[in-house]
Amino acid sequence: MMLADFPLFPEQASTAARTVDTLYLFLVALTGTVSILIWIVIFYFAIKYRRRPDNELAQEQEPPKALELTWTIVPTIIFLGIFVWGAWAFFHVQRVPDDAIEVYATGRQWMWKFQHASGQREINTLHVPVNRPVKITFASEDIIHSLWFPAFRVKADVLPSRYRTMWFQATKTGRFHIFCAEYCGTLHSGMTGWVEVMEPTAYQRWLAGGSEGSMASQGEQLFQKYACNTCHTNDATGRGPVLAGLYGKTIQLADNRNVVADDNYIRESILNPQAKIAKGFTPIMPTFQGQVSEEDLMRLLAYVKSLGQPQTSSLAVESPRSLQTSAGAPTTTGAAASTSTAAPATNTNP
Amino acid sequence: MTTTTIDEAPFIEPSTTAKRNYINDEYGVMSWLLTRDHKRIAILYMISVTALFFVGGFFAFMMRLELLTPEGDLFTSDTYNKFFTLHGIVMIFFFLIPAIPAVLGNFILPIMLGAKDLAFPRINLLSWYIYMIGAIFGIYVIVTGGVDTGWTFYTPFSTQYSNTHVFATTMGAFITGFSSILTGLNFIVTVHRMRAPGLTWFRLPLFVWSMYATSVVMLLATPVLAITLALLMIERVLSVGIFDPALGGDPLLYQHLFWFYSHPAVYIMILPGMAVISELVAAFTRKKIFGYKFVAFSSLAIAFLGFLVWAHHMFVAGISVYSALVFSFLTMFVAVPSAIKVFNWTATMYKASVSWQTPMLYVLGFIGLFTIGGVTGLFLAALGVDVHVHDSYFVVAHFHYIMVGGTVMAYLGGIHYWWPKITGRMYPEWWARLSALLVFVGFNLTFFPQFLVGYVGMPRRYHAYAPEFQVLNVLSTAGATVLAAGYLLPMIYLAWSLKFGRRAGVNPWGAVGLEWATSSPPPKENFHETPVVTWDAYDYPAFLKAMKETQNV
Repeated sequence: MMLADFPLFPEQASTAARTVDTLYLFLVALTGTVSILIWIVIFYFAIKYRRRPDNELAQEQEPPKALELTWTIVPTIIFLGIFVWGAWAFFHVQRVPDDAIEVYATGRQWMWKFQHASGQREINTLHVPVNRPVKITFASEDIIHSLWFPAFRVKADVLPSRYRTMWFQATKTGRFHIFCAEYCGTLHSGMTGWVEVMEPTAYQRWLAGGSEGSMASQGEQLFQKYACNTCHTNDATGRGPVLAGLYGKTIQLADNRNVVADDNYIRESILNPQAKIAKGFTPIMPTFQGQVSEEDLMRLLAYVKSLGQPQTSSLAVESPRSLQTSAGAPTTTGAAASTSTAAPATNTNP
Repeated sequence: MTTTTIDEAPFIEPSTTAKRNYINDEYGVMSWLLTRDHKRIAILYMISVTALFFVGGFFAFMMRLELLTPEGDLFTSDTYNKFFTLHGIVMIFFFLIPAIPAVLGNFILPIMLGAKDLAFPRINLLSWYIYMIGAIFGIYVIVTGGVDTGWTFYTPFSTQYSNTHVFATTMGAFITGFSSILTGLNFIVTVHRMRAPGLTWFRLPLFVWSMYATSVVMLLATPVLAITLALLMIERVLSVGIFDPALGGDPLLYQHLFWFYSHPAVYIMILPGMAVISELVAAFTRKKIFGYKFVAFSSLAIAFLGFLVWAHHMFVAGISVYSALVFSFLTMFVAVPSAIKVFNWTATMYKASVSWQTPMLYVLGFIGLFTIGGVTGLFLAALGVDVHVHDSYFVVAHFHYIMVGGTVMAYLGGIHYWWPKITGRMYPEWWARLSALLVFVGFNLTFFPQFLVGYVGMPRRYHAYAPEFQVLNVLSTAGATVLAAGYLLPMIYLAWSLKFGRRAGVNPWGAVGLEWATSSPPPKENFHETPVVTWDAYDYPAFLKAMKETQNV
């Protein structure tokens, strides 16, 4: 039993951690001061005006009425200030930088599975380089889980049948907890793991270790295995839309709606193709619901994404641009101004 | 400290200390089980919610024992998961929601209004039976193996994956909901229609205002819970795709519907606590509540705003950044009326005559703990911080400071305050003070470490945890032991006082209010003559002047 070693503050190991902790400590100081002042006043009154034979009756004197408006308006202003600061920190946590390394994760009862774009797979452990933004695209294979990196101060619920993304930029090397934060049944408390933050060179060496080819190339094999390529040909002669350059484009549907071909659109188009038919095509594609595993879906997604990007290697680990500041932090604290620049957490803008 | 006993309020005839009262008016089990007297129904509720409070407390204590060590060594994971689920369900649906309205509200509200009973006495009795049917479902689940979904019943775990008694449990919560709907309806109609002559809205005690606000929330929010749980049961039994994404449903829809009820339900639990505290502050400072109208309208503001903030439980659940912004913004406003109340209670103590009797100790405890619970809510409303602390022990600590530090403290304070009116006997003051102290110390020792361990990174609902969290968990378990003693003690001395307690007069506290103008215990019809109200609530200056004159005679 290691009773001596107990932290009262979590390790600060990401750019977000500094942002969140600053606000947290400010709130501790502010609310701590206010709470202590309230207690002091209460106990001062309770002792000073305690009931004594000469104080059986309260005095009729009341505090000034102006207090009432003061303690309505002042807290409102302070609370709105907290809102703005909290929203600013939230954007930092939510907005994924463009140059992030891509990792895919799936949660299931009761383990975390990670796949790197270069093809490495791991369970309950995630290797990432220090000082590089890392973006995780994730979904659940069964029920709702929640991926939490306490040392990075980031967390997001992992939903079945929907891709979501989160990101972090680790600032120190080491080994940090991964927890499942959304209750998910019997071994919920066993659905934990470790994130290993490595020096860029060590990370590169780790990546070079055996893999079955990049996710995109694995996806390409699946693309042929499921015979997707018979309709989705590389030229306009196929019965299905051309997929090259599709990812991230706005496309028009048969009902004239416009949608962005993002992760969730591609996922839905594989599993439930009838939901959104691209304009000019007939709804002939069969559903793949229940036939493609969550991890294979992510490989197919990686393949389709690779078709949309001229330079195939999205893994620019050869030149670790260390200590690069994140592009995510908005430069203004104004909520309205920030709103227009923020990407929703559920969409992935290329 | 001496207890001042003033046996007469200035506005009643002195001969009301009748021999007949609601307790000895009729005898026999059936006279209780078929009663339509709001006071007897309150007693039925008091016995039921107390029993279930100790059931829920037992589960809590078992959890704390398990968490003494990081390894999951005392119970299996499944057992532990059932313990926290049952703890939540029993405490929320069967204790916190009915406790103050159905026990203290039932007993006191009609008397405060100068009424003979609630507007619908039979519906009042029906609400208790409905509550008991729901409770029987709960007990059936406990006895036959439990349920492991968490009290939130999140889908698709609850609909497709859990193989425990989800159906019976949700059925129990579904049924119990109707008892709060009926209680809320009854209170609203009673407050509108049955006030004594002269008792205008702004002469009402703040207890009534707060209870009225609670009733509105009960009436409007609880049907949404019924619908949500009905949909959940339909999906679980018939596999209709409402919430299950594999069938085209949306699991977040469940969370929206669930919190659309369950966030207002937080106010169903805390508004009655505020109701009690307003009465206690006035009575034990002998002062008019400072800013009466602000406190009254803040209750209505809380009830209204409480409906607009539900998605703050879902900031990391997969809602868009924009809706997170809107709900964070609105949540900041719901904090304002609560702050107003705390400041007004504090200001009421200025130049007052503050008694240190037990109910006032609970008031001091309530204000202290509710303040911590309230300000830590700001941490959770601030989006960037919530991403980290959501679903951690920080949240657990926060809502226990509100629910236990707030509501349970207020309930205990109210029980002590109205005990002489309800039973006609005084509780033993020193034992009660000791128990209030134990509750306060035990509570803080249990829950304060949970803020720390939550921020460090301990997730909630964990059967086993990382070793570095142990010290804070040991403190928490030690605190739970003290807290348990603090809760068991009143059971003993209150039961003792029923037979051996000093007889209480009409008005043992020297408090203003119609309930202190009738005998203790009150007669079956509450008042022999309908009172006519010509004074404002908490009119202590006039009351105390009259008292002084009678003493000087």
